[in-house]
Amino acid sequence: MGIRNKLIYLLAILGGILVIRNLNVILLHFPDEAAQGAIYRIMFFHVPCWFICFTAFFVAGVASALYLWKRKTVFDNVAVSAVEVGVVFTITGLITGMIWARIIWGIWWTWDPRLTWAFITLLVYLGYLMLRRAIDDPTERAKNSAVLCIFAFTSVLITYKAIDWWRTQHPGAVLSFRTGGGNIEPAWEMMLLWNFLAIGLIATAVLLIRTNQERVQREVDALRRRVHEL
Amino acid sequence: MDERNFTFMFYGFAAAWAVLALYVVYLGAREGKLRRQLENLKRMLEEREKT
Repeated sequence: MGIRNKLIYLLAILGGILVIRNLNVILLHFPDEAAQGAIYRIMFFHVPCWFICFTAFFVAGVASALYLWKRKTVFDNVAVSAVEVGVVFTITGLITGMIWARIIWGIWWTWDPRLTWAFITLLVYLGYLMLRRAIDDPTERAKNSAVLCIFAFTSVLITYKAIDWWRTQHPGAVLSFRTGGGNIEPAWEMMLLWNFLAIGLIATAVLLIRTNQERVQREVDALRRRVHEL
Repeated sequence: MDERNFTFMFYGFAAAWAVLALYVVYLGAREGKLRRQLENLKRMLEEREKT
């Protein structure tokens, strides 16, 4: 088993152990919230999912910029893999948010700025994945999708800042690094960070698997061309 | 725990992990498909280089 595979297993196992530990604390040790009851516990997955989604899209943007600069396929592999992982966590973030909203707001969805921009972010990155499928030439595909990926990150920034720039139905910032402290129970904030770490480890393992698959896909495409030439 | 809120909390957790689990299953299936394609192409290349 190579070092890469050992690292993937290590990240996944560590992440899994942390998730189980965190779930134990969230479900069995934290009391219900006075106004929200049990449903507030979704926040401990909803918020970390969005952190991971934003991080993944940031990684994709950086990898895309590096590809345009260095023209090495490894950066393109990382970019598409990070976008896929980001899309998965965007969907997870939206679904968990909708379930929370159904109870607290009485509606599944509203077109407020934060939610709308989150949905736009999902559409933009789905567009990135569709663009890649539409271009056969690997170099053109990598170049064009890298340009899109860099500009697509603006939707992430707008989604992040939407609660500061506009009046939104979405709850405002609660974490200390945004508010200076006092908006959330310290134990809850610590659990958010623990879950970010736990789910982040799993997301990193998935990213490594996907990046390796992209490398193998290139190998398959190259072999296919050689076979057809013979 | 309030029962309705608890039920929706459970749905939320289940949905989050279901989406991730589905993606992991998709990656597993893709891995198998890529491995088979690679083996077939390597075999085809060997046969064509021999002839």
